[in-house]
Amino acid sequence: MSAFVGKYADELIKTAKYIATPGKGILAADESTGTIGKRFASINVENVESNRQALRELLFTSPGAFPCLSGVILFEETLYQKTSDGKPFVDLLMENGVIPGIKVDKGVVDLAGTNGETTTQGLDSLGARCQEYYKAGARFAKWRAVLKIGATEPSELSIQENAKGLARYAIICQENGLVPIVEPEVLTDGSHDIKKCAAVTETVLAAVYKALNDHHVLLEGTLLKPNMVTPGSDSPKVAAEVIAEYTVTALRRTVPPAVPGIVFLSGGQSEEEATLNLNAMNKLDVLKPWTLTFSFGRALQQSTLKAWAGKTENVAKAQATFLIRCKGNSDATLGKYTGGASGDSAASESLYEKGYKY
Amino acid sequence: MSAFTSKFADELIANAAYIGTPGKGILAADESTGTIGKRLASINVENVETNRRILRELLFTAPGALPCLSGVILFEETLYQKSSDGKLFVDILKEGGVLPGIKVDKGTVELAGTNGETTTQGLDGLGDRCKKYYEAGARFAKWRAVLKIGENEPSELSIHENAYGLARYAVICQENGLVPIVEPEILVDGSHDIQKCAAVTERVLAACYKALSDHHVLLEGTLLKPNMVTPGSDSPKVSPEVIAEHTVRALQRTVPAAVPAIVFLSGGQSEEEATRNLNAMNQLKTKKPWSLSFSFGRALQQSTLKTWAGKEENVKAAQEALYVRCKANSEATLGTYKGDAKLGDGAAESLHVKDYKY
Repeated sequence: MSAFVGKYADELIKTAKYIATPGKGILAADESTGTIGKRFASINVENVESNRQALRELLFTSPGAFPCLSGVILFEETLYQKTSDGKPFVDLLMENGVIPGIKVDKGVVDLAGTNGETTTQGLDSLGARCQEYYKAGARFAKWRAVLKIGATEPSELSIQENAKGLARYAIICQENGLVPIVEPEVLTDGSHDIKKCAAVTETVLAAVYKALNDHHVLLEGTLLKPNMVTPGSDSPKVAAEVIAEYTVTALRRTVPPAVPGIVFLSGGQSEEEATLNLNAMNKLDVLKPWTLTFSFGRALQQSTLKAWAGKTENVAKAQATFLIRCKGNSDATLGKYTGGASGDSAASESLYEKGYKY
Repeated sequence: MSAFTSKFADELIANAAYIGTPGKGILAADESTGTIGKRLASINVENVETNRRILRELLFTAPGALPCLSGVILFEETLYQKSSDGKLFVDILKEGGVLPGIKVDKGTVELAGTNGETTTQGLDGLGDRCKKYYEAGARFAKWRAVLKIGENEPSELSIHENAYGLARYAVICQENGLVPIVEPEILVDGSHDIQKCAAVTERVLAACYKALSDHHVLLEGTLLKPNMVTPGSDSPKVSPEVIAEHTVRALQRTVPAAVPAIVFLSGGQSEEEATRNLNAMNQLKTKKPWSLSFSFGRALQQSTLKTWAGKEENVKAAQEALYVRCKANSEATLGTYKGDAKLGDGAAESLHVKDYKY
């Protein structure tokens, strides 16, 4: 076959399809120790292991949240952590129909000779690491490639390097039983209009799928995590329906039907924006051969973090807040979200940070 | 946009969608003078302009045929020919709801240093030729790229050359109002199995869609004309269901949903085989965001030619034979063909000619 069909093929196909179940999506809770430190700093919480464990326990034991989720992406530390009554997080998730995933990339490094463009590292011993993660209970992985829009960006080098890196990561995952989430994020930073973002997104996705084909990746056992197509962060905003139209058009032009699901990243969008945009896409009356759902980090956790503020007495309130965002996004995957899920101002707060680094 | 949006964009999209209308397909009647000579020779008919004109009149005025067709591909000579009562063929077709198309390639030439692999010529002055063809009434074009399967074939050179030739042809057509049919034919010659054909087809199609993206082709205004995925001509045959499964899977892995329709070539298949395979594909319960139809030459005309045998008294019977095949294929696009078409003389006859040259 053009696609590599290893011993895990059936399982990969089944897992990818499950993650793409309409009504469900992914919680991206894979912030590295450094990144979660920034989040904690914003709510005056100390960045120590017990607090990191407490936050994730808060999220994973939120009543009613599980039915809205098909997967959670974890950082390596979290894969081996337990609840306060000693149950491994991965077991808790699996028992409740939520598949554990694992971030496997090792961050970005600059591409010399470019204008601040990057490539992602993490391929060394990736196969062995994937095997360990599979043993620990992970069944999907995530690798974030980053591109930017500028006068001469993204360059052909950046597109090729990132596409090939994603393809190599993807096949190694599949060899070791993990469904690879392919994430080629085109940053929102800039003053370009939505048409420019659309053109770049299409060019990048076309290169990504060519690379996946070259590397014999089994598309039925993958997921795509792209940016939505939007105006640049310094440009006037547009309606959710416009974002939906440009985004779905870009995907129809580049993502083969064999891919079971597309799980959007939220970038710097506020919780509410991200949900409204996802909802508009699912309401769009055009043929979409993959499900459109979420893989949100900040856009699922922002108000929850604020409500928690690191205090045990706030846990129930924070969990209720979390459920509201989960439910809202679950509805959005079905085109049923009616907006204003939480009166909380945090939900409308932009989470945009210029030159955002994980 | 990533796609080039010419002044013809809306028209291209509408015409491409129309050609993909369920229940309809394309009659490929674009045999060059040399090629039609071979056909006429097989029924002892002299290869002169009048006979070529009479044959095409027979086809285009066959009662009941035009409603089964959305397009007819013509050779340049035919674009300017008229019926015996002085009506331009293009007008007859248009009035019958059939879009006239035009073959624009100038045949294949060998790629030096390869094992008999070829590239297709015809780019010189193509823009001007397309303009003239549009003025004459053509609304779509066709360009046939040819690849073969062998020990070391298709080579990366052959894949790249043919993909990029197709992409260049496609965008020139769109600049001039013609919907390009993209035809990367992988010859059936050989003793390979169906898996090999699938692998090669996926690789070739992935390269084509990367090239089309690079050249800013508007996919919504194109059609694809691929080979079906089958065992090689020297290998044991398989059932239509197996062909359908491998073919549709290959397309799911490579053809974006933005492409409105896929119009299969029949290669060396007999009339009945081609129809049954197309029917099986349309019965398959799986994701098919593009319509699956036909663009048959030999597989629509074989029994018609034999029945006609160049004799005026046979015209009516020959037209009936054409209607039988048109109706059968029309049903096959809906998955409702029952295999009960009155098999005309030669309908079950293989049309495979080793190393077939147009």
